[in-house]
Amino acid sequence: MSAVVGTPPVAPAKDPAKDKVETPFQRFVSEFAESKLALFGLAVFTVIALVAILAPWISPQNPYDLAVLDIMDGRLEPGSRNGDDTMTFWLGTDDQGRDMLSGIMYGLRISLTVGAGSAFIACMVGASLGLLAAYAGGKTDSAIMRVVDLQLSFPSILVALMILAFLGKSITNVVIAIVVVEWAYYARTVRGTALVERRREYIEAAECLALPKRRILFGHLLPNCLPPLIVIGTMQVARAIALEATLSFLGLGVPITEPSLGLLIANGYEYMLSGKYWISFYPGIALLVTIVSINLVGDQLRDVLNPRLKK
Amino acid sequence: MSVYLLRRLIQAVGVVLAMSLIVFIGVFAIGDPVEILISPDADQMERERAIKALGLDLPLWQQYAIFLGKALQGDLGRSFVFNEPALTLILQRMPATLELAFAATFGAILIGLPLGLYAGLRPNSVGSKAIMAGSILGFSLPTFWVGLMLIMVFAVQLGWLPSTGRGETVTILGMRWSFLTADGISHLIMPALNLALFKISLVIRLTRAGVRETMLMDYVKFARAKGLSPFRVTFVHVFKNILIPVVTVTGLEFGSTIAFSVVTESIFAWPGMGKLIIDSINVLDRPVIVAYLMIVVLMFITINLIVDLTYSVLDPRVRLEGK
Amino acid sequence: MSAPTLEVRNLCTHFFTRAGVVKAVDDVSFTVDRGKVLGLVGESGSGKTVTGFSIMGLVDAPGRIVSGSILFQGKDLATLSEEEMRHLRGNRIAMIFQDPMMTLNPVLRIDTQMIETVLAHEKVSEDEARQRSRDALGMVGIPSPDERLKSYPHQFSGGMRQRVAIAIALLHRPELIVADEPTTALDVTIQGQILAEVQKLCATTGTAMIWITHDLSVVAGLADDIAVMYAGKVVEYGDVGEVLDKPLHPYTHGLIGSVPSRNKRGEPLRQIPGMTPSLLNLPEGCAFRARCPRAQADCVQRPELREWLPARLARCHHPHREEAAAA
Ligand SMILES: Nc1ncnc2c1ncn2[C@@H]1O[C@H](COP(=O)(O)OP(=O)(O)OP(=O)(O)O)[C@@H](O)[C@H]1O
Ligand code: SF4
Ligand SMILES: [Mg+2]
Repeated sequence: MSAVVGTPPVAPAKDPAKDKVETPFQRFVSEFAESKLALFGLAVFTVIALVAILAPWISPQNPYDLAVLDIMDGRLEPGSRNGDDTMTFWLGTDDQGRDMLSGIMYGLRISLTVGAGSAFIACMVGASLGLLAAYAGGKTDSAIMRVVDLQLSFPSILVALMILAFLGKSITNVVIAIVVVEWAYYARTVRGTALVERRREYIEAAECLALPKRRILFGHLLPNCLPPLIVIGTMQVARAIALEATLSFLGLGVPITEPSLGLLIANGYEYMLSGKYWISFYPGIALLVTIVSINLVGDQLRDVLNPRLKK
Repeated sequence: MSVYLLRRLIQAVGVVLAMSLIVFIGVFAIGDPVEILISPDADQMERERAIKALGLDLPLWQQYAIFLGKALQGDLGRSFVFNEPALTLILQRMPATLELAFAATFGAILIGLPLGLYAGLRPNSVGSKAIMAGSILGFSLPTFWVGLMLIMVFAVQLGWLPSTGRGETVTILGMRWSFLTADGISHLIMPALNLALFKISLVIRLTRAGVRETMLMDYVKFARAKGLSPFRVTFVHVFKNILIPVVTVTGLEFGSTIAFSVVTESIFAWPGMGKLIIDSINVLDRPVIVAYLMIVVLMFITINLIVDLTYSVLDPRVRLEGK
Repeated sequence: MSAPTLEVRNLCTHFFTRAGVVKAVDDVSFTVDRGKVLGLVGESGSGKTVTGFSIMGLVDAPGRIVSGSILFQGKDLATLSEEEMRHLRGNRIAMIFQDPMMTLNPVLRIDTQMIETVLAHEKVSEDEARQRSRDALGMVGIPSPDERLKSYPHQFSGGMRQRVAIAIALLHRPELIVADEPTTALDVTIQGQILAEVQKLCATTGTAMIWITHDLSVVAGLADDIAVMYAGKVVEYGDVGEVLDKPLHPYTHGLIGSVPSRNKRGEPLRQIPGMTPSLLNLPEGCAFRARCPRAQADCVQRPELREWLPARLARCHHPHREEAAAA
């Protein structure tokens, strides 16, 4: 035998900062606040969300009310006054004489509703199937994951086009398309986390107590899958908004009577070439700011909630 | 190797079958096949004759078999709008899309690799931070918005580049190509850049992550310990290692580039199959839609197969395991 | 007599991490003469590899050589430019790395990796470089080297890869080789072969060698001198036979086990109680204090490396001086 120097493990260094008693939520808040950029994103998004919610009360004009529109006010530059000299179009008007600022506020409302709504439904569907896959295992698991893999291997736009081609174009079908595109991300995430969590003692304890399956799934497993779900969810809301805007831009989405940001942009597209940029440009900026602010928040959430996902 | 090849082939055929079933069900079970396959202008007589002719009175599985059989013979129906075989229509427009997608892919590698390399080698420099911020934007901005901005700046404001069409083309092998004329190239730049945007970000990320990971490897340190020049360490030892994943991913993304060209082609009025499919969805030219979906799926799966095989050729480790 | 091949004086290499300064190498001194082998031993994390990297000029950020000198044939390597250093590396000073599985680039063929080493330092034709590579492979006992040159690293076992790495180190017949646990991954017969090979090489070519290892029995058979490291410092330094027979430092004493004699090998090793201290924010005084059976009040003062007996150095206030002197 040879004398080999022992290799005892090195004691982990204690971090004095962590000794203060903090609730997990407080720690989450303070870690989140470490990124100024993320705070900025959150602030911007809050403003955007408020504007969207309060649009009917704060917008200068009801853009859906054809009675208040005057075609003579069409395509006015930003800062112009209307024909009756009663209001200023700060962001100009579209070809119908609609105030762009009001149109954008209402458009935000629709974009956010469709984006958040479909992301939420996708989350419900995906999380349930992911949980089921993790919990049932065996054939159910492999069947669900097969579909997930197959679907994730196709680009979102192709899947969405396929759905809209089958079902025809309408706002409901856009939501369905987004749900079909996105559920797989949630399913994969939840399944992954749930498989890890399942092995933990508290689930085994719950199983020993013969608690009903449903209670174990939703009462015990799901809460522990929440952090990654929140991270994915935030990012997917941004993706859903972008996808809706893209589909609407292509003319496959929301109806022309109640335009979302994507459709507003599409409407202004033909005038852009003649230099009337504002009809497309400002809705585009609104869309951009919305998506980027959500992503800034999402990035920081990912870093705080799930260090393993850090890039 | 051949066992691996066979297994991948069988897998690919399985996926194609699954997709054809999905498209079939989508068209026949979810949608109304009569409406989908028969022109809305047809009168009652024509409809009934068509229903018989198309076998719509048969049980579903038989219909699927017929659909599949015809599809295998290249018969995917006739366009209502153009009154031409749908497949012919798609194939006519395919070169334009392929040209755009290839240009975008090469552009992504040409732009993304050097930027990613720089960001990986100098992670703390201001330039790298700017590159990474740009790549985050590239990921989160919707393609169509960027396309509009490109048009606004380079076509409308500066007037440097044309905003629509393919420009002058040269015909080779019966197909028209833009990239061989100066005018064609000027038409190609903006759409290709637009389509490449997402991939550029992807390549930057992959390259940077790869460089940073590889730089920490013992074999890189050993290469330095051998006294090799920094140039050789970077461009042979590091670069060759990251090239494999980057090329693989970009290759795998080629299918999605083709799919996303739908958006770019619509913005820049690029006469490819993406523009065709949007027009077809808008006027409910459903045979064309079905044909497009089947073709794209088929291309997609073929690309995945090719990339897998190329990968196994590129990476000596995988190559050997297959043997 | 000419200058020793390598003389390291008061070398300090620190890592400036976010958590604090890691003094991975802190006041290390030793000398290796032509044709001699220095055994560098110590437990995991004691700074052996970092010492080797410092000599090679391969310490990367956040690490840096803070002070001290590394005299290679009288020239201080610490003051050379990166380009000057590069001409020495792999040419006149070579290093064999700890983990053979990670040393060779997985996507380059063996011949590429060997030939580039030859060409990095000598203007010869590619054919000649290949010839040299083949000879080097033959020297470390790799059968059918011609065929092997065309292989990729993953086609080799760990032991074979380490032999390739050794062959690469030998390509330019360097004056100094830093061998970082090069035989740990090899099985015993091959280990023996390689050790014999190395000894022959040192004796015939005058190559000096630093042999880093955990394994005291290898050091006993191979090295001329031994330097024992603990927490970044050399705690004992001297002739290998004397140190292993009659260690001065309580840590070396503990390493060798209850019986301070190499003649009674085979007995189980007695563990040193306690753990390696974290190199972050090391307390003043002797780093071994918490684990030392001989510790006394004055051990909170920092002990210096001192020559207690002729050519026998130890960093300790209360070494096993009597036992060592008695023999
Ligand atoms: N890049 C780095 N950043 C921070 N600390 C480092 C770095 N590299 C090494 N260290 C520290 O330096 C110390 C010495 O490491 P070194 O690799 O030299 O140990 P060793 O004696 O070779 O151990 P082993 O026998 O396990 O190889 C360790 O505590 C390690 O944590
Ligand atoms: S100085 Fe004191 S504590 Fe350190 S080794 Fe010597 S006796 Fe032990
Ligand atoms: Mg080491």
